[in-house]
Amino acid sequence: MTAVAPPVVTGARAAIPQGAGRSGPVAWMAIPALVLFGAFGILPLLGVLFLSFTQWDGIGAIHPAGLTSWRAELSDPGLLHALWVTFKIMFFSWLVQTPLSILIGVFLAGHQRYREFLAALFFIPLLLSSAAIAIAYKALLDPNFGLGAGLGFPLLSQDWLGDTTLAFGVLIFIVSWQFIPFHSLIYQGAVRQIPASLYEAAQLDGAGRIRQFFSITMPQLKYTIITSSTLMVVGSLTFFDLIFVLTAGGPADATRNLALDMYITGFQGNQMGTANAIAVILVLVGLALALLFRRLGGDASESQLEGA
Amino acid sequence: MDPRTTSRRSFLSLAAGLPVAGAALAACGSSGPSSSTAQGGGGSAAAGAGAATYWFLSGQPQQAIREDSIKRFNAANPGGQITTTEFQNDAYKTKIKTALGAGQGPTIIWGWGGGGLKSYVDAGQVEDLTSWFDQNPAQKERRFPSSFGAATVNGKVYALPAETVTPIIFYYNKKVFDKVGVQPPKSWADIMTLVDKFNSAGVAPFSLGGQSRWTNMMWLEFLLDRIAGSEVFQKVFEGKPDSWSDPAVKDMLTKVQDLVKANGFIKGFSSITADSNADLAVFYTGRAAMMVHGAWTYGTMKANGGDFVSGGHLGYMNFPPVDPATDKGDPSDTVGNPGQYYSISSKASDAAKETAKKFFATTVLDDTENKAWIGSGSVPLVKGVDSQFPPGGDGDFLKFIYNVSANAKNFAQSWDQALSPTQAETLLDNIAKLFQLSVTPDQWISNLNAVIGK
Repeated sequence: MTAVAPPVVTGARAAIPQGAGRSGPVAWMAIPALVLFGAFGILPLLGVLFLSFTQWDGIGAIHPAGLTSWRAELSDPGLLHALWVTFKIMFFSWLVQTPLSILIGVFLAGHQRYREFLAALFFIPLLLSSAAIAIAYKALLDPNFGLGAGLGFPLLSQDWLGDTTLAFGVLIFIVSWQFIPFHSLIYQGAVRQIPASLYEAAQLDGAGRIRQFFSITMPQLKYTIITSSTLMVVGSLTFFDLIFVLTAGGPADATRNLALDMYITGFQGNQMGTANAIAVILVLVGLALALLFRRLGGDASESQLEGA
Repeated sequence: MDPRTTSRRSFLSLAAGLPVAGAALAACGSSGPSSSTAQGGGGSAAAGAGAATYWFLSGQPQQAIREDSIKRFNAANPGGQITTTEFQNDAYKTKIKTALGAGQGPTIIWGWGGGGLKSYVDAGQVEDLTSWFDQNPAQKERRFPSSFGAATVNGKVYALPAETVTPIIFYYNKKVFDKVGVQPPKSWADIMTLVDKFNSAGVAPFSLGGQSRWTNMMWLEFLLDRIAGSEVFQKVFEGKPDSWSDPAVKDMLTKVQDLVKANGFIKGFSSITADSNADLAVFYTGRAAMMVHGAWTYGTMKANGGDFVSGGHLGYMNFPPVDPATDKGDPSDTVGNPGQYYSISSKASDAAKETAKKFFATTVLDDTENKAWIGSGSVPLVKGVDSQFPPGGDGDFLKFIYNVSANAKNFAQSWDQALSPTQAETLLDNIAKLFQLSVTPDQWISNLNAVIGK
């Protein structure tokens, strides 16, 4: 797992607003962070890169093997499939989560008492571990003993995790259920930062609620959307625990993403060289995405705050 | 990479899945196993010069039997104590590999034999026990001969066959059979007829925990052995190129897909895991009429199935012939786990190795331990142990297992354990796809041929 950590860190950092850390003379304060990042981010990454050019079964000696692992991995149709699954998960979970998170976030930004109460409730899924969530859903969705059978409701007794399309849909649903609270929280904070004067002015000009939402709220949330999307997209690259417990990549390989493919190849198939090649691919994809989202952020000097 | 062991029986609740996942995630850190010296000696430091370490699987009832053997050994040998560390099944598999790779393994390595053992041997991690067996011929003599295959690599014995023998059994629910008015199958044609009859009666024909993958594999093992005998897989095992291209393999794969297409397996089988025992539950509750599964499931069905076992509703037999007229395989052949395997680390100190060997000679599978295994509903792999079986239903089942194991002309080790981990993973992956109908038999054969000998 260490192998996949760095891109997340990089991604998250890259997306955090710019400018604050560029003050110059306090650069030395970054040293502790740099040391930690070097020891636990860069160094393992180099190890992974080295191992990807070897053949190793995880037990015996490590044999340098040049490009053997890379050739095996790149010619394996399983890689393309795993990449495809990874991107599909990324795209659909983003597509489902973003609009819902924004809407819930905007809703929760209101200061009414009942909204604050609901905000606390919405937060609960985030407190559960992915493994626990997967086990709970697995039990609920069991076609023979699950919710459908228990309530005598045949519509719920689908082969939820055994059918290729359904299993993928269920996965997206659970991921969204788990992470929408987190992203809602981000949007809630961001919406509260929007100066009330903007809305007052809009109201005076006769703008309705929907017009206000699209003309004020959405543009003001631009950077929040980028931050939240970066977290979602780069985070979804490394989905492992939930899928591992829920479907183990199945049925067949319908939900086997890159992270799972890496684990199975390395720790179940004993092909550490190939698994490390997958890890390198994962790092590169993560870095590319993080950079892409940074680009999307545009010029950092543009401020959203009042008076700028 | 087969998680199948007798400890499966202990996965009584869904909650058992939690440590599985947690352990997998903790694979790069410490997974927090429970560790103890059986004598309250205060840690390994107090255990003396001959101190040995022993890692094994947790999960009742096997765990208690293993612990008890160590306790008795330590009480009798104050000079050479054995310290134990227990691991949950899936956590152990990752941990032992990593530990051996880092030279941090235990003195006594608990294992499954076969391809996994071979990878330890290739890395020079385990001690050759051939000479030990030559010096202790009685130890060799008293065990089932079939148990040594999976302990032998390149003609040398690297592990002590221990614990219990667990063949795969064809189970059927007598209550459901009576209700539908049918008899147990005697051929593949019978099976296909039964599938139609059960489906039209609204009962699923076969239970299957398909997400675990090795559960599906048991079907292939039996079909291929019945159709073509043990030679075909033997060639794969020996790494002969294109061994999967034998026409019997295609026949076997086609039959499996026919069965899937005929709705032979319970709805949702590909999302059922064997760890949760849901595959057993659909069988003993009568939602499915038949099941091909390991002998180790008997205890769970007895404990959880109400009067299913005690009321005599559980039927069991060896897997039927495919076509008695043309089968090349012997109908007495069986597949499964011929035993569990204890190896000694080659990196351990000589004194620790001596302690381990003493443990092997004096305590493993002694009378007390055998009684405990029998009491737990299992058959220790010791000749003549059938004289100790209790009378009644359990005794009948134990006798059946004993006879299947002792009389099998060929007791094949599960494929995924016999093969190297790399081949096993490809095998299991393609088997899952086969049952999902997402590969054709021809693709399956070429995918598997590609990894022979790897």
